[in-house]
Amino acid sequence: MKNTLNIMAITALMAGPVMAETVNGLRTVNEFDAIEGEAERSTALFEEMMVVIGHPRCLNCHPVDNSPRQGMDMQMHEPPVVRGEADFGAPGMRCTTCHGEQNFTFAAGGGSIPGHTPWQLAPIEMGWVGKSAAEICAQIKDEERNGGKTLEELHEHNAEDGLVGWGWHPGEGREPAPGSQEIFGELTKAWIETGAACPAG
Amino acid sequence: MINFTLNGKEVSVDAPDDTPLLWVLRDEMRLTGTKFGCGIAQCGACTVELNGMTRRSCVTPISMVEGSYVTTIEAVEGREARAVQAAWEAIDVPQCGWCQSGQVMSATALLREIPNPTDEEIDNAMAGNICRCATYVRIRAAIKNAAKELEG
Repeated sequence: MKNTLNIMAITALMAGPVMAETVNGLRTVNEFDAIEGEAERSTALFEEMMVVIGHPRCLNCHPVDNSPRQGMDMQMHEPPVVRGEADFGAPGMRCTTCHGEQNFTFAAGGGSIPGHTPWQLAPIEMGWVGKSAAEICAQIKDEERNGGKTLEELHEHNAEDGLVGWGWHPGEGREPAPGSQEIFGELTKAWIETGAACPAG
Repeated sequence: MINFTLNGKEVSVDAPDDTPLLWVLRDEMRLTGTKFGCGIAQCGACTVELNGMTRRSCVTPISMVEGSYVTTIEAVEGREARAVQAAWEAIDVPQCGWCQSGQVMSATALLREIPNPTDEEIDNAMAGNICRCATYVRIRAAIKNAAKELEG
């Protein structure tokens, strides 16, 4: 019995930190500690942020045109909807015609409709679909194209914004974004602290 | 207990929070003008007005309407609604009619915001209202006729 407990304790000690390095497909900040050059480490941290940014759960509402996408295959939104003047749909058919305050599981089962307040497209200057990591990196640092955010505010956005956080709680029938918002926030913080370097274009 | 204003009257509903508004309208309130089509916000047959905006009632949990104003096809009113209903009757838009209360609710909402919509604006507003009889040509014509009526 005692031996069994010892083995369990040792296994737990070994499994804990190792498992914590990659959570749901996203590496944590300490995974990058071994990279000596700060710029190199910063770039690697951003590339890890791209694992989240480049996930359909995030990309689908960051189109470079005027229609959201949906699903893991990023198909055109059905029913067909348009961005509209305020990134919130067309007169007579706004995003909130269908999307509510929170995810809603269909009464007949078989999935859910996503929801959150607010629910809207990212402004077109924040469009990401089809862009490289280098392009997106430059874009999210540019206050002209990131909603006027300083890097500190960008960290706060990634770490705490509710609609960003929806990506990890997308409702029944939808794959969450990799990792967690907490890890994404920590990666963003570490990327900024190491100089917010961008991958080569 | 959920309290809201339905077609101008205060009502209270005792239902689980995740009960769709459509269930309450049809089964509890016996307002059967609003139809069930798909149950997944893809067809628009269940469109009602929630605080003045179009809303698919099949994906609206009853908890979401607490303190809100809900208007259904039975009570939608105002000059745009009257113009839409008259235009619908004048050229007999419906065929089977199942989707039409949703079509009328969306068309009315569109004309309230854009009194004289272009084809593109009609497309954008009505894209979520499917008609399996394909009465789309008459729907578009009726919206344009209603717009002319409103101009006059």
